Amino acid sequence: MLDLSGLGFAYTPGRWVFRDVSLTVPAGTATAVIGPNGRGKTTLVRCAAGLLEPTEGTVARACTPGFVPQAHGSTFAYRVLDMVLMGRARHIGPFSVPGSADVAAARAAIERVGIAGLARRAFPTLSGGEQQLVLIARAVASGSRLLVLDEPAAGLDLRNQSRVLALLRELVGDGLAVLLTTHHPDHALYLADRVVLMHGPESVECGPAAALLTEERLTGLYAVPVHSVEYAANGVMRRAIVTGYAAADDAPVAAAPFSPGPPPDRTAPPGR
Amino acid sequence: MTSAPTVVARAEAPDLPVLRRPAVALAIAALGLVLTCCVALAVGRFPVSVGQVLEILGAEATGTAPAGEASRDVVVLVRLPRILLAVLVGGGLAVSGAALQAVFRNPLVSPQIIGVSSGASFGGALAIVLGLGSAMLVGFAFAFGLVAILVVYAVTRGSEGAPMLMVVLAGVVTGSFFSALVSLLTYIADPYDQLPAIVFWLLGSLATATFAKVGLAALPVLAGSLLLVLLRWRINVLSLGDDDAAAVGLRPAPARWTVLGAVALVVAGAVAVAGVVSWVGLVVPHLVRMWVGPDHRVLLPATFLVGGVFLLVIDTVARTLTAGEIPLGVLTALIGAPVFFALLRRNRQRLWDSA
Repeated sequence: MLDLSGLGFAYTPGRWVFRDVSLTVPAGTATAVIGPNGRGKTTLVRCAAGLLEPTEGTVARACTPGFVPQAHGSTFAYRVLDMVLMGRARHIGPFSVPGSADVAAARAAIERVGIAGLARRAFPTLSGGEQQLVLIARAVASGSRLLVLDEPAAGLDLRNQSRVLALLRELVGDGLAVLLTTHHPDHALYLADRVVLMHGPESVECGPAAALLTEERLTGLYAVPVHSVEYAANGVMRRAIVTGYAAADDAPVAAAPFSPGPPPDRTAPPGR
Repeated sequence: MTSAPTVVARAEAPDLPVLRRPAVALAIAALGLVLTCCVALAVGRFPVSVGQVLEILGAEATGTAPAGEASRDVVVLVRLPRILLAVLVGGGLAVSGAALQAVFRNPLVSPQIIGVSSGASFGGALAIVLGLGSAMLVGFAFAFGLVAILVVYAVTRGSEGAPMLMVVLAGVVTGSFFSALVSLLTYIADPYDQLPAIVFWLLGSLATATFAKVGLAALPVLAGSLLLVLLRWRINVLSLGDDDAAAVGLRPAPARWTVLGAVALVVAGAVAVAGVVSWVGLVVPHLVRMWVGPDHRVLLPATFLVGGVFLLVIDTVARTLTAGEIPLGVLTALIGAPVFFALLRRNRQRLWDSA
């Protein structure tokens, strides 16, 4: 559904945000991009969605993706149905307006995302979690089989995070291909089949989620202790990833990129 | 309207009071425009009853009008072109303002604030100084209106942090620059012939309306307004911002340039025949948005109709209130400024947030 090969991006020539990223997102799977702030997660998914032109390498897409940007306020108080309807823009000519088929698609997307009760509310009056669901519904309404999301769970409380993740998992179950960025390795563990770890510009690691979401790699990636813990839920053992927040007398943790990457060029901030 | 918005309207209708439903609102606005036109044809220094007006218009339409009758001449030759011009200019400026507010995602933008009017003024004044005809005057007004809007957009583009601040700053700077050029032209213009022509033209007036002027303004104003109304749903998508427009699979730049070009066309046509008429493009979209909501599918056509009513009422007041005419630009600003001030106060919080 989505194929990145040898992808590289530089805002200024020579200063690579990332290089040589190759990645495939087949239908019915999810891929999560994780890494610290400023390592180019958003840049990578924007290249994949076609919003940025990559500096080198190629992006092959089976269809125009539905892109979900980070939620933000809207200047005009459109209703939810009208917002979702705008996801149909690619099917509607410049001098045309949405027809009944478009309205039906928008309503179906609203149903699919489970926000039918909000259809007539004004978008700016919704909570952050509801706005995020509306933006996902807008991408679903486009009819695209490929969803690209930039931090869909950012700024949401635990309940809404779980709601968004469960929805994305259902959409993957429907056969959609999903590429997302997240700040929560736990979300990647829950949702993603494959992960992309943005260690540094020249060392981006892609692989199966279960194999890459390890204590050592994540601790090195974020330069904080990250623990993988097992717990029983309904009699089934599950794995969760938790942060070992620093105590006053802890020694600082150094960033340690996976080998064979280059040595760390930045030292970790001291533990507080 | 096609059947599509009706589907939406029907589905959404239970939410809305009858007067705010799209079809009803547009019908009310259209009816209001027709009624205002009839009344405006009747009132003035030479009173004619509304019944007589309808009789005269009927006779005119069927070609059985008695020539040379005073009431017929007043209504058809004096008042009718002026009323048509007021509706064209008011409607065109209002719909331009609504489209600009959407494209810049800023409810405080108007053709005036972003410097298009100043650019068009300079173009027109330049045409007068060069001794060119009225067709060239429209052409020059259009070209420099476009230059002004391109400058503002080029400066504003790519500054994601402070769009409000950048638009207002760029518009003020562009407007001042072209105003200075206009001052320069009035300084070098021939004081007996060209200078009065420039000054009267700039003051903003419909007093010299003729059918020739109506014909001159009709093409750019109607073409530009029609383009904006046709783009009504595209403008909805654009008003989400570049990022969201791209997210739903739309390349925002071509649609945006089309909108800006259409606005320059309308404003240039309006400035060419009526001078600088301020505030209509700012105030009317807000009034209509409060009435019919933000959906440009309804907002744009309704804004054109209400803008026509607004300027027609003001122009009728301007020519009937005193024996000497109050310049149109003065009256619109006298009414528009307090409304703008109230809007600024209402939006103060958001203004600071986005700036």
